[in-house]
Amino acid sequence: MIKLYDYELSGNCYKLRLLMSFLGLEHEAEPIDFYPGNQHKSPEFRQINPLGQLPVIDDEGLVLRDAQAILVYLASKYDTSENWYPSSDPAILGQVSQWLAFADGITTTASAARLHDAMFYTQIDVDVARAGANKLFRILDEHLYFAELDGQDWICPGDHPTIADIACFPYIMLSEEGGVSRMDYPAIRRWTDRFKRIPGFVVMSGVFPAGPAVEKEAERAA
Amino acid sequence: MSNFICNDPVALNLWYAISALEEVHQGDVGQSVLLEQPIAYTRNEAGNVIAWAHEGDPNCDPNPTLPVKERFGYFWTSLGTPEGDVFPIPEYGEADRRNIHAASFGVNVSAPRMVENFLDMGHFPYVHTDILGAEPHTEVKDYFVEVSEERDEILATNCKFWQPMAAAASDGGADVEYIYRVPHPYCSVLYKSSPLDEARMDVIAIFVQPFNQEQVRVHMMLSLLDEANEDRNIRLFQQTIFGQDKPILENQHPKRLPLDPRAETPIRADKSAIAYRRWLSDKGITYGVIPSAA
Repeated sequence: MIKLYDYELSGNCYKLRLLMSFLGLEHEAEPIDFYPGNQHKSPEFRQINPLGQLPVIDDEGLVLRDAQAILVYLASKYDTSENWYPSSDPAILGQVSQWLAFADGITTTASAARLHDAMFYTQIDVDVARAGANKLFRILDEHLYFAELDGQDWICPGDHPTIADIACFPYIMLSEEGGVSRMDYPAIRRWTDRFKRIPGFVVMSGVFPAGPAVEKEAERAA
Repeated sequence: MSNFICNDPVALNLWYAISALEEVHQGDVGQSVLLEQPIAYTRNEAGNVIAWAHEGDPNCDPNPTLPVKERFGYFWTSLGTPEGDVFPIPEYGEADRRNIHAASFGVNVSAPRMVENFLDMGHFPYVHTDILGAEPHTEVKDYFVEVSEERDEILATNCKFWQPMAAAASDGGADVEYIYRVPHPYCSVLYKSSPLDEARMDVIAIFVQPFNQEQVRVHMMLSLLDEANEDRNIRLFQQTIFGQDKPILENQHPKRLPLDPRAETPIRADKSAIAYRRWLSDKGITYGVIPSAA
């Protein structure tokens, strides 16, 4: 079974929990005391990931680090529909990769601000991190707005979400914990609501499910 | 005494937990903020924690030092002159208990809002779904609240709530009994039925350290009867709960707790919160609250 070195409050670990839940893929979690224990920086954990970062998976001996890389791997290996990582279409593949890299930028800005506020990563310049997050959110908000005008629900064109949506979702959803409001990004807010209604969606601490009232309305409409 | 930004004498004269003792090391100067005042601390050669206020240079002459107590796995200090010792938690000293520092988290909320959320049972099924509560078990049954005169603390007893997963050591749903103490304007101690021993209770405490009126650092201390779980799993369980509360706390408006009884409309389940707000009013606290308009 896939082993995930996991920390509940990590948005990067949550990305993998989300994909595995969407795919109905079972996994075994190995909890790591990221805070306050700093276990991911311990010599033992650096044997598993020399970068001292979460998440890491071990899939029958294949040890992989980096949330985006693991999303690519799990989707390629276990999603036979190729919906989550449409690797046969070069144009879509290029766009998915582009937004995976963008998600890394969200981690270094929005997630950094959250670590500063919640876990006292005082070396982080929180104003720079917040300004960086707002810049990225503005770009994604405009992208999603124009996508909606084209009848598209997701970050990359197509009628199914991709791992690009998964990679961008967690630290956008947790941004308020770092003092970055989503008030000014209505297209992002509509997209996060759609994301929460993908069958198999799971929450993490700090992320709440979509309201049941709207689900019932959708059932009535169906 | 220096001129502090905080001018609430009640708040200045309280004890505050600043850091878990396991994170205070000889030779390292730690830094924090208390009531808007930068402070620094270390463990000296004699092995004692010392703390001092500074104006930007934490490595300044540490004298005069601030008062320090080591209690419940944390060091406590005060910018003023506290009356007496830190409040007691007798269970902490029982030999068979696991005393664990779960974490210290920053939260963008006032200290009294933090305490009030801790006292509230009504949110369990909605915020801690399938752990501390689950629909349709949403009723907060009537409970008792009193201000214990001899100890000057709020006591809420006979609180009962059905919980699917009350603690890391739970193996299923159970009716759980709670007792809440508020022995300090910014600290609360919760007792809940132990999954292992029906005659005794687990203890979960929050010690809130206000950075300023709308930002705090909350220290979570556990004193549990649990022979099976590793410290790490107990910590992570508590952090999962806390992570669920965080966005709720940070979205409360106004961030400071209004003490005027007409400012926010309570329901019967909020009895302990009503008593808490009145108790804060009677103390004349102004820090982190919006005082009653006389």
